[in-house]
Parts: sequence; C-alpha cells; structure tokens
Amino acid sequence: MSIELNPGIPEGPLSQKWDNYKANMKLVNPANKRKYSVIVVGTGLAGASAAASLAELGYEVKSFCTHDSARRAHSIAAQGGINAAKSYPNDGDSVWRLFYDTIKGGDYRAREANVYRLAQNSTSIIDQCVSQGVPFAREYSGELANRSFGGAQVSRTFYARGQTGQQLLLGAYSQLMKEVDKGKVTLFPYREMLDVVMVDGKARGIITRNVTTGEIERHAADAVVLATGGYGRVYFLSTNAMNSNVTAIWRAHRRGALFGNPCYVQIHPTCIPVSGNYQAKLTLMSESLRNDGRVWVPKKKEDCKKDPSSIPDEDRDYYLERKYPSFGNLAPRDISSRAAKEVCDEGRGVGESGLAVYLDFRDAIKRDGEAAIRERYGNLFDMYHEITNENPYRSPMRIYPAVHYTMGGLWVDYSLQTTLPGLFAAGEANFSDHGANRLGASALMQGLSDGYFILPYTVTNYLGTHAQDLLKKVDVNHAAFESAEKEVRAEIDRMLENGKKGKRTVTEIYRDLGKVVWDKIGMARSEQGLKEALAEIEKLQKDFDTDLLLTGDSKLNKNLEMAGRLRDLLELGALMARDALERKESCGGHFRVESQTPDGEAQRDDENFAHVAAWEYKGKGQVPVRHQEKLVYENVKLSVRSYK
Amino acid sequence: MMSASQSKTINIRLRVWRQESREAQGFFEEHELKGVLVDMSFLEMLDVLNEQIIKSGKRPLEFESDCREGICGTCSLVVQGQAHGPVRGATTCQLYMRTFTDGETITIEPWRAKAFPVIRDLVTDRRAFDRIQMAGGYTGAKTGPHADANAILIPKDLADRAMDAAACIGCGACVAACPNASASLFTSAKVTQLALLPQGQADRKRRVIRMVDQMDKEGFGSCSNLQECEAACPKKISIQNIAIMKQEYLKAALAADFRAGMGSADGGA
Repeated sequence: MSIELNPGIPEGPLSQKWDNYKANMKLVNPANKRKYSVIVVGTGLAGASAAASLAELGYEVKSFCTHDSARRAHSIAAQGGINAAKSYPNDGDSVWRLFYDTIKGGDYRAREANVYRLAQNSTSIIDQCVSQGVPFAREYSGELANRSFGGAQVSRTFYARGQTGQQLLLGAYSQLMKEVDKGKVTLFPYREMLDVVMVDGKARGIITRNVTTGEIERHAADAVVLATGGYGRVYFLSTNAMNSNVTAIWRAHRRGALFGNPCYVQIHPTCIPVSGNYQAKLTLMSESLRNDGRVWVPKKKEDCKKDPSSIPDEDRDYYLERKYPSFGNLAPRDISSRAAKEVCDEGRGVGESGLAVYLDFRDAIKRDGEAAIRERYGNLFDMYHEITNENPYRSPMRIYPAVHYTMGGLWVDYSLQTTLPGLFAAGEANFSDHGANRLGASALMQGLSDGYFILPYTVTNYLGTHAQDLLKKVDVNHAAFESAEKEVRAEIDRMLENGKKGKRTVTEIYRDLGKVVWDKIGMARSEQGLKEALAEIEKLQKDFDTDLLLTGDSKLNKNLEMAGRLRDLLELGALMARDALERKESCGGHFRVESQTPDGEAQRDDENFAHVAAWEYKGKGQVPVRHQEKLVYENVKLSVRSYK
Repeated sequence: MMSASQSKTINIRLRVWRQESREAQGFFEEHELKGVLVDMSFLEMLDVLNEQIIKSGKRPLEFESDCREGICGTCSLVVQGQAHGPVRGATTCQLYMRTFTDGETITIEPWRAKAFPVIRDLVTDRRAFDRIQMAGGYTGAKTGPHADANAILIPKDLADRAMDAAACIGCGACVAACPNASASLFTSAKVTQLALLPQGQADRKRRVIRMVDQMDKEGFGSCSNLQECEAACPKKISIQNIAIMKQEYLKAALAADFRAGMGSADGGA
C-alpha cells in the first residue's frame, strides 16, 4: 500500500515558515538538557556542526566517525566554495534569488519551504565561519571575496583558495573539539555504524563496529542524527573518498526509514578522465575553473588527435557558449555533463579514449596573465599536473564527467526527521534540498545549514515533545539492542565464513557493480537499460553471496569493511534502477532518453512526477514499495528550465 | 600532448612492513609486482598488490587512504625512507609510479613515532593530534548570531598568511620526518593561523600554552630546528610557524595576567 507522505511544512507565507516553526516549537529547559543524549554519526560539515551545536546547547553528545579523526570526513575535499545570499558584490542577489536559483537548478523537484530556509540560513553560515577563524579569500580592501558558480548570474560564492571544504570542515571540527575539551561531546573514532536500534517505535541507539579491534558495541541515546554523506561510491569510480559509503543510511532504510529519490545523482562535468582499469578514485577539477576556463572540442572529428594549440579558433566548438549563451561555460552541472557526453558520443571527444573535452585557459592567461590564474587556481593546476603529467598552463586540461554527489538519500520531513521517529538525517545523507540537480557550492551551504541552524532547533523540539517517553532511559541491555547486535554479528561472521570458499574479490564484484550502474544508471537512462541493470545487479548479488573471496580476520581489515559496504551498495544499486525506471520523465541529473525535447534537453512531466519518490524496504530480494510526497509550488511557477 | 608514458610499465620489488598488532614484532615482507603502469598512483599500485595477496589466500596489507587527492591527510606511508615518499609537496596518494625506475626495490614503512603507535601493518594511531587540537585549536565561537562577516576587515596579506598555515592537513608527516618526532610544525600551524586573525585574539595566550603543553604530554619530542618537517610537509607549511609559536608561547608564559588566570578553573585569560 502506497501512502502519501506529509512533510510537516509550517503554516504561513514562505518567508515566515521557519520563524513560525521556531515560534511554536517545544523547548527543553537548560537544566534538563543535560539529561538528554544525542548520537551524531558522521563528522563532516553536517555532523560536526550538529554535534558541536547540540553540545553547546547542553545535550550530552556522542560523535561517531570511521576515521581516526573527525577532521578526515569527506567534506574536507570540497574545493570551490559555499554560496550565501550576502549580496556583498551588490549585483542583485537576495534570499529570494538564491532560493529561486536552487529550485530552478534542481529542476523543480525540491521542496519550496526547505529551500527557502536554506537560503535564509546561508548568510548566518558565513558569519559563523568567519567567527571561527575560517580564512576566506579577501580583497585588498579586507572585505570578503566572491566568485561565480554554475546556474547563477550573480557572484555569491565564498571560498578559501581551492580548499573551501577543508577550511569549513576544520572550522566545524575545531568547534567540535572545543566541546570535547569541555566534556560535552564524547568522541567515538574508528567506528562504523551498522544498525539503528528502535525501542517502542523510537530511535534509541546504534550498533557500531570498532574498525581497529573488530568489537561490536551498543550505544544508547534519546535521538540519533545520521550525517554520513552520500552514496556516489555505488559507481565504484567517483570523486567520493574511498571510505564514503551508504551503509549507515542503508541500515536505517532496512529498519524502516524511507529512501527518497535514489536515482537523483550528480555527475560533475569537470573531472580528470579515467585512465586504465586499475583506478579506484577519480579527481574533481573544481567548477570554479569554469569562471575562466572555456570548454571546447574540435568541430571536425579528424582534429581530435591533433595538438589542441594547433587547432585555430574557427575549427573549435565552444559548445557550452554556443548552446547556452546566457550562462555559457557556467551552465549547471547536469546540463554541462550531458553536453560533454553528447559531443563525445558524436565522436568529437579528445584524448586517448575519446572520452574527454578540453577546458582551456589560453584566453584567460592571455587576458589576466599567468600569475593571476595561478593565484586563483594554483593548487588545482598543480593537482592536474601531478595526476596527468601535463602542464595546464601550457596546454588545455582534458576533463570528463564523473559521479560526484547524490541528491537522493533518506527521506526527511521539514524538521529533517526520517520516517523513523527520533532518527534525523542531515547533509548529503538526506534526500535534501537540491531536487534533481544540485548547484555548485550549495552542498557546503546545506550541510552547515542543517547542522548549525536547523537540527539544534528540530532535535530540541523532538526531545521536548517526547520528554515523558525519553526521560525513561533505555539501557543497552534492552532486547532491541541484543537482537540488533546479534544480526550484525551474524552478517559479519557469514561474510568471513563464505569468504573462505569464493573466488571473486570484493574489488572485482564492486568494479562490476560500478560499471553496470555507470553504463545504465548514469548520464542517460533507458527503460531497457534499467531493466538490464536490475538483472545484472541481481547476478552480482548472487556472486557476492556465493562466490566472495575474503581473507584476513575480524580485526582491522579494510577488505571486510568494504565487503559489508558492497553488500549494501548492491541493494542500493537495484533500488536506484527501480526508481529511475518508475520515474518516466527527465529532470535534472535524471535523464530518461525516452523523455527529451526536440533539441535534446530534459523533458519533465509535471503532471505525473512533481513528487518525491520515497521507497520502503521490504526485505532482501523483495520488491520495495514506492510512496510519494507531492511537491506543492505556491511561490514559484513551474516552467521549462532554460539556460539558453 | 598525450603523456608519452601512457602505457609504459615497470617491474618492481616491494619491501613492506607487516605488523600484526601494536604489541607484535614487525618485519619486512617482500613482494614482486610485474607490469606496473607508470601512470598508476602509488596507492593504486598497493591496491593491485592487495588483490594479489588476497588471491593467494593471505591477509591483505593494511594501509590508510581516503580522499586520494591530497587533502584529507589520511594516507601516511614512509616510502624509501621519506615521509610521503621522494616527491616534495605531495602526499603518498599523490605519488605516481613514474617516480620509480624499472627493477627498483621500494621500501614501505609506517610513520614511526612514539606518539603514533602502530595499529596494524602500515596503519598508525594519530589521535594524539586530535588531543592537541582539543587543548585549544579553536576560537571559542559558539553557534549563533555573529557580527556580519565584513564587520571586521582583515587585510588580504594577513588572510593569505593565515590560510598558508591553515592549509595543514594533519597527516603527521612532520612528526614522521623529524628525528625528535616533534609535532611542532603541526601545532604551530594552528597557533599561527589563529594568532594572526582578529577572531583568535580572545584566547590567544591560553591556546598556545595549552596546545604546547599537550604536545609535550603526548610524547612528541622538541624542535631543534632541523627543518626536516618542512621538507616533508605535503602542504609546504613553513617552519616560520614554529618560530611564531615559540614567540607566542614565551609571551603568554611571561604575561602576568595570564599566569594568574591559569590558576582559575577555566584556564583563565
């Protein structure tokens, strides 16, 4: 039975909804706050900011991460910047415009009220980060500098060289460490979350594995926040870190939390192309490069193998500038990626594999000088040089789209609560505010908005509302913990036992999964391809269950961790195929070849698909159930998303 | 245009450190790898090695990595006797096999420092760095409304210098490279960043005293200006930061108001 989901959006005009929420929320008095404990899993931007902020309020916070240190979370790798509607450049920006750009950028598949709140919070985030000592880029005047990102015609992106994510994360991390020092946060590093524990219908704890000792542990609390990132690693090759994975949110999904829009994946247009079949990780070249770099391929196929500097301007096709004159090289990511795929499919791709396009700085260097370009992008150019052994100051970069971010995730209501009471999801882990396509420099904004400025209110409201129940403390000896731990142990034991008999390594099966998902649930999706994907993933699941080769013990064993994650990614891959199959329209990053305009742009079907798809897990090998949340647009008119 | 090395391969011999647990005796294990593509990264080469080890039924080699683009600070190998290997200004994950020659024997060890005990094989426990951060590596700002971000102007060169120090990725190569296993470069980078910025002034003295004291407590050695840390640092953090830290420490330790404050419950100043 499919149900209609209620997002719990507060009453009132769009600009007052969040104020109304805060005006009507339940509070917890300061002396009572220390009686509540909150588990926060993940220490990226959303997790670290949530844990620090909740601790500052007075709650007892337990913070979990898989690394040795909270500072290693993958937010650290975000390069380009963070959006905020500060309008310092006086170029026409406003909360409304950031809201509008984000809704439009997401191809009208995000919730208005959430996105508006995000835009409202954006300005406070910059103030917050500056107060932490985040060294944002500045002008000679001493004021903060801004640059542009895709999908916007204003300069609202704040940055710290090409290491914005690092600096924002270290800011949140330092605030977290301050609370650890005060004794308000207890750190649990080296822990992987393997289950959520539900007691009397409420999330009351988690089961973790200490990855260095193999110990399985139980942790109780009064609310649980999952800020464990996205699931781009289902593609095997992506810009995500080696340890990024879906396991925490997938285990919550298995316990009953609905999974929203799993097929919404962001494929970033500017990554260093794949070379060889040994790679485990792809590297992003920041979108900010498109402020100065021009994207092109040769007009003629026969020029593709030539030295690019020998190709005269009239033989170059600056296809983004040609197709999208008003946004040019800063067309949004989904559109730029698809355009790159198109020209490569036409046989005009460059590089050895023919799966690359040029990102050329020749004109910018001529205009502004090499020093200016070095100042802006030096670390990115160095990174490119190291990886490819080519000097991008001399010859254009070769780039190609790669998986970068997932817009889907656990379905949450306006308070960021999943369908499991007391279980919240923040940052990339939730299905979020980005609809079917995220704009550049908006992930950092959303993670920090969730953690600093939303969860401290909504978790408080939850604790205040359920005070009577929650003040009855749950003990880790409760039967629910007992059985959850038993299941976790059994699964690990089974993998280790089966692993003695099989022939296929985790990496081999994982690579195969990645290829299926990339080929069939990637930049172009068709009914036939998606059906094939389902069948092929089922076969890989069988391989995993019967033919896995796993060596080593239950102590520190990266391969065992990977096996557990792969198990979940296989199930997720199947769900993505189903979701993509059911969404018989194109929107944002989800491009169904059956649904396109005559000029090859995504063709939405608002009548039938202006909704969030939220999937219910029905057991291993069972067909999941698709639920819906209708998206209501009261402030923005649904229109064709054009960047021409 | 196309890198000439595209499909060039080399054969190598590896001597890798194996150690079952913190307490166990470690040893070097030898492996041969044939047909290694020179455009592979060093860690991809180790991935290939691990597939080979797993296929032979043995326990894979444990080493850490995460972002594989030089920013998370997770990877941490001593390659050919050098922290992060022979290439300057790069992490282990940014090391490419084109750095090595055909037939070369490559020795791979973990960070070696008392404060970074080995957990298994090439994985060490670097949580001591977190404890140094906890002691004062923050401004004390809480979540909530703050003055507008442009309310305090920060000269560009100051912001740039703060950013130079803030670029530290906390990998620990400075410690691994230092004959004294000193964490001075790491600690001083944070001290300097916050000492330069107006936002770091309120607890400036408390910060440097507590962070330096914690560094000593963790068992890191002292700095004797050997400059190995700067040479090994993948982010080229300057040892000038250490000079600034020493200055900051002296100033704080000599400040009468601060000494008086140290006696109070919250650490004062």
